[in-house]
Amino acid sequence: MNIFKKTILTVLVSLFFIGNVYADKVRIGTEGAYPPWNDTDASGKLVGFEIELGYELCKIMEHQCTFVPQDWDGMIPALLMRKFDVIMAGMSITPERQKTITFSQGYATEPATLAVMKGSNLESMDTPGSINLNRKGNEKTLKTITSALAGKTVCVQTATIHQKFLDSGDVGSVNVRAYKTQDEVNLDLTSGRCDVALAAKASFVEYAEASGKAVITVGPNFSGGAFGDGVGVGIRQGGDDAIGKRDAKLLKDFNKAINTARKKGIISKLAIKYFKDDVSM
Amino acid sequence: MDFDLMFTSFPKLIGATVVTLKLLSVSLFFGLIIGLLFAILRLNKNIFINKFAYGYSYLFRGTPLLVQIFIIYFGLGQIEYLRSTSLWIILKEPYWCAIIAFTLNTGAYTSEILRSAFQTIKPGIIEAGKSLGISNKIIFYKIQIPIAIRQSLPAYGNEIILMMKGTSLASTVTLMDLTGVAKYIISTTFKPIEVFIVAGGIYLFMTFIIHNVIKFLEKKYSFSQ
Repeated sequence: MNIFKKTILTVLVSLFFIGNVYADKVRIGTEGAYPPWNDTDASGKLVGFEIELGYELCKIMEHQCTFVPQDWDGMIPALLMRKFDVIMAGMSITPERQKTITFSQGYATEPATLAVMKGSNLESMDTPGSINLNRKGNEKTLKTITSALAGKTVCVQTATIHQKFLDSGDVGSVNVRAYKTQDEVNLDLTSGRCDVALAAKASFVEYAEASGKAVITVGPNFSGGAFGDGVGVGIRQGGDDAIGKRDAKLLKDFNKAINTARKKGIISKLAIKYFKDDVSM
Repeated sequence: MDFDLMFTSFPKLIGATVVTLKLLSVSLFFGLIIGLLFAILRLNKNIFINKFAYGYSYLFRGTPLLVQIFIIYFGLGQIEYLRSTSLWIILKEPYWCAIIAFTLNTGAYTSEILRSAFQTIKPGIIEAGKSLGISNKIIFYKIQIPIAIRQSLPAYGNEIILMMKGTSLASTVTLMDLTGVAKYIISTTFKPIEVFIVAGGIYLFMTFIIHNVIKFLEKKYSFSQ
């Protein structure tokens, strides 16, 4: 009986430590549900722009890497709990997130945009092609969007820059509905529960192509302000202990590797492959 | 541990608890009606009616509640024909989709609880009524139903608690219930432990209340009095 108890105790104790054991492999957390940034194919394998870029960066850094899938809404908590070492999940660099984690330099940026079903009265919205919230003189465009969105149900993925923008009050108080994944936003846009959706432009283009549904993007391309400063690699803020030092080193390594990849044209090449447009930065 | 966050998120979570309680009470109300109806159908001698009621409870007890919500919300939303009917006015709203799923689910369990309660009523009691010349209808309403409700109280109390926890799935179809708001706060503060401890505490408190109310009712209606 004593041995039995000891075995159970050992198992429990080792279970407790398993999450903290540090393999030398760099574990990269990604969502696998936000094409073309990252996606999961029919066989359950992670694919997409960031998966390929991640392996390229690891090759440059000479690290062993592995991707770990993680639901979007638990991404940052999972990083903090050390379920993986870095995030590459189409995560934009924003001051709000920087309070909790740190980011490498940006590797790509992609405008956000509104999307509706064909036949919506938002189709005729008259705005300039793009709007940068960091610059001045956006009042007229924002006013047009505010009056177009009034009384409409606007759908976004939860915990994204897009939700943050709608909550910020720049376009008045709109009726926001937040979903766990972008796939669900797309589903409810086509079902008609959402009048309009807001997300990265490529996710709508990709969905329209893959599903054959009449989803069209409207209004300007958004950037700056709540939309952050491009997509970077999210890393824990370094500390004085061994893990903190390793995190600080990882940040340096990723910054260097992104520089190298940019110079060699790897990021541009991959961006054109997945986005059909050079979104690298 | 960020105690400040726990204090500041508490009022927001209490506000969201109202949504949770609304979902729970509305679906329990309709679920009880459906449950009683199907329990009576289960006791019917007609094999088709009997099998139909059995099939309903088998279907909804045999599949996860999450799957039921997804089929009703995302699944039905994809059927184009449905979107052109007046049913869509109800199915368009996540709130009613959740209510429908919860009601059908708790209705299935309630029908089983009530059926077994009806079957445990001793035939002697019904025979006693008959020998006094009371009509079948009155025996059913005044003798069988009250005894069945008393018999099923402990099991039904469990069902209420299970359903209360089940309402947390409403957050998967964009409803801002207790779990939904907790997740929203986490998405801006990135501190799941603090927020979920408070949310879990509120769920636990609701369980405590339900448990004690059922215990009180059990005592009040106990036969040994």
